[in-house]
Amino acid sequence: MSNTSFVRKDMLPPAPPPVSQTGAVKWLRENLFAGPLNSALTVLGFGFAIWLIQAATPWLLHSVWVADSQNECRAIVQERWGPDATGACWAIIRARWHQFLFGFYPIDEYWRLFVTFAGLLLAILPVLATSLPRKLLWGSVLYPLVAFWLLWGGSVWGPILTLAGFALWAGVFLALQVRLGVVVAAGVGLVAASVFWIYAVEPIETGLQSVLPLALPEVDSDQFGGFLLALVIGVTAIVISLPLGILLALGRQSDMLIVKSLSVGFIEFIRGVPLITLLFTASLLLQYFLPSDTKFDLILRVVILVTFFSAAYIAEVIRGGLAALPRGQYEAADALGLDYWQAQRLIIMPQALKISIPGIVSTFIGLFKDTTLVAFVGLMDPLKGISTAVRADIAWKGIYWEPYIFVAVIFFIFNFSMSRYSMYLERKLKRDHR
Amino acid sequence: MSEPNTQAARAQMQVSDEIAIQISNMNKWYGQFHVLRDINLTVQRGERIVIAGPSGSGKSTMIRCINRLEEHQAGQIIVDGIELTSDLKNIDKVRSEVGMVFQHFNLFPHLTILENLTLAPIWVRKVPKREAEETAMYFLEKVKIPEQANKYPGQLSGGQQQRVAIARSLCMKPRIMLFDEPTSALDPEMIKEVLDTMIELAEEGMTMLCVTHEMGFAQAVANRVIFMADGQIVEQNNPHDFFNNPQSERTQQFLSQILGH
Repeated sequence: MSNTSFVRKDMLPPAPPPVSQTGAVKWLRENLFAGPLNSALTVLGFGFAIWLIQAATPWLLHSVWVADSQNECRAIVQERWGPDATGACWAIIRARWHQFLFGFYPIDEYWRLFVTFAGLLLAILPVLATSLPRKLLWGSVLYPLVAFWLLWGGSVWGPILTLAGFALWAGVFLALQVRLGVVVAAGVGLVAASVFWIYAVEPIETGLQSVLPLALPEVDSDQFGGFLLALVIGVTAIVISLPLGILLALGRQSDMLIVKSLSVGFIEFIRGVPLITLLFTASLLLQYFLPSDTKFDLILRVVILVTFFSAAYIAEVIRGGLAALPRGQYEAADALGLDYWQAQRLIIMPQALKISIPGIVSTFIGLFKDTTLVAFVGLMDPLKGISTAVRADIAWKGIYWEPYIFVAVIFFIFNFSMSRYSMYLERKLKRDHR
Repeated sequence: MSEPNTQAARAQMQVSDEIAIQISNMNKWYGQFHVLRDINLTVQRGERIVIAGPSGSGKSTMIRCINRLEEHQAGQIIVDGIELTSDLKNIDKVRSEVGMVFQHFNLFPHLTILENLTLAPIWVRKVPKREAEETAMYFLEKVKIPEQANKYPGQLSGGQQQRVAIARSLCMKPRIMLFDEPTSALDPEMIKEVLDTMIELAEEGMTMLCVTHEMGFAQAVANRVIFMADGQIVEQNNPHDFFNNPQSERTQQFLSQILGH
């Protein structure tokens, strides 16, 4: 007690920090004026932003929404805002929006597109929101066939028989899985289904069609265009390339020499050539190799190659996720007696895919934007194909900015949504809270 | 824990004649490096073996061969009457009978504690979900953390995670348990809670092989202590003689270092 020189009786109340360390002043100092260089860059940046805004604002403010041609647009702008004024001519979008969205799809059949798109949203919902009942996923699984029938039309029996082929595949797989193992059973199933699709579907379809003719008017692939085309290619490729990419990533890590070399060869070849090369292959070369009477739809060919292209990238992204998993996870799964596919499905993939979400979504966004490259094989993509087609009309000949901005905005909405969803998913799956 | 308690001593009597694991002339190489040399080991059912030795002596590799996390290149390993070969069916069968606890727990971080425990029973043993959950809760009670069932592994302390890992193995109702340095990655104050769980398990007559540096645990629980060095079994004896009267020079040297401080 004797050497205690100080004892506090009352605790001090907390004091506010100095003014220069809080609020707006602190933020300004730290972020905008932290030093001479920083201050100079701030001023320059603001200057550039202001210049950009004052250059673009009048053009946007003078927008014309109703006109029949570009000249009429100009006349309206000059009449309202003076002879030197410029203004955006959104009338082109108003006049031609349906072509940007649907290409040359017959106008009488637009209802089918609306139904398909509404169906797409409904089918995606249970995939994205895991809180919904899992049984709804069956609807999502069946949706592609319904969408295919709605979009291209023709007899309803085609998609139903295609579905029967998948059912045959699944049946063979389930029957043989235990005896032959997952890979062989899936292979035998695929062969059985392919034989069914190639030799049985057409005669049965003709027969059923003559008994019970249920059909929608057929729409040719040439008539597809705009965002309809981008979405058909993009969504199909995204949906198929993820499982394909997973299989390729696993194949690349396999101990089986043939599986491994095929996977590595596929991935490296596809990643090694430009997408446009593959698209030309789809449109031109395949035609030489296939028998001349095969009708192999151009959109289908493009979808297949775009899918391969993105699957190769996805495979590498997922390989990164697999590499990030500690060896102990594999060992724990093995030690509990899980077989290879169970371990992959229950332990490895859920974690590897979670790690890979940013990379996977980047690949998907890139893929969706790359669908505009189909312009090179004569398909009507929204950016070049449709814009060129629209400008071919003498009334809209010289118009550049507006279509591009319109298309860019729509692409941005889709891609930004994907990006935000991936961030939400990452947050939701975060498990390393302490 | 330094003096054997009476319960454990009683349990030490209950060793049956049945052979749980038989390893004969087992050899393993990593490339050119001869990691395990002529290992011969017979484990009776109900026996509790502690494997000690300096690091790099092949102790972990040896017990990892027993459930084929590592492949042996020569000799024979028979676990529960099943010989380990490259036959995948046999390997999975052995693995579902042999539980393993790792140094770094290796819980599945994306699953809750309860899901960690029920996963293998549901998918490997095909036990109905409800029954698997009841079993899981029983073993969670046993390792004294039932209240953590719905948390994720990342929210638990190291000692709790290791106890969950032990419970996860027990949910498969294994006949043999392997422990690969179960307390080496734990803070000192958490070692005891894990060792207590293991002692309890030993008292119930579980066949156990445990690689550990916890000599107190070896004295309290083991029927036999095996000392390995340079990929070989150098000495094996009952704990009393092993600690008080080590025969080989290598063992004496090891014991003087590990018990000296």
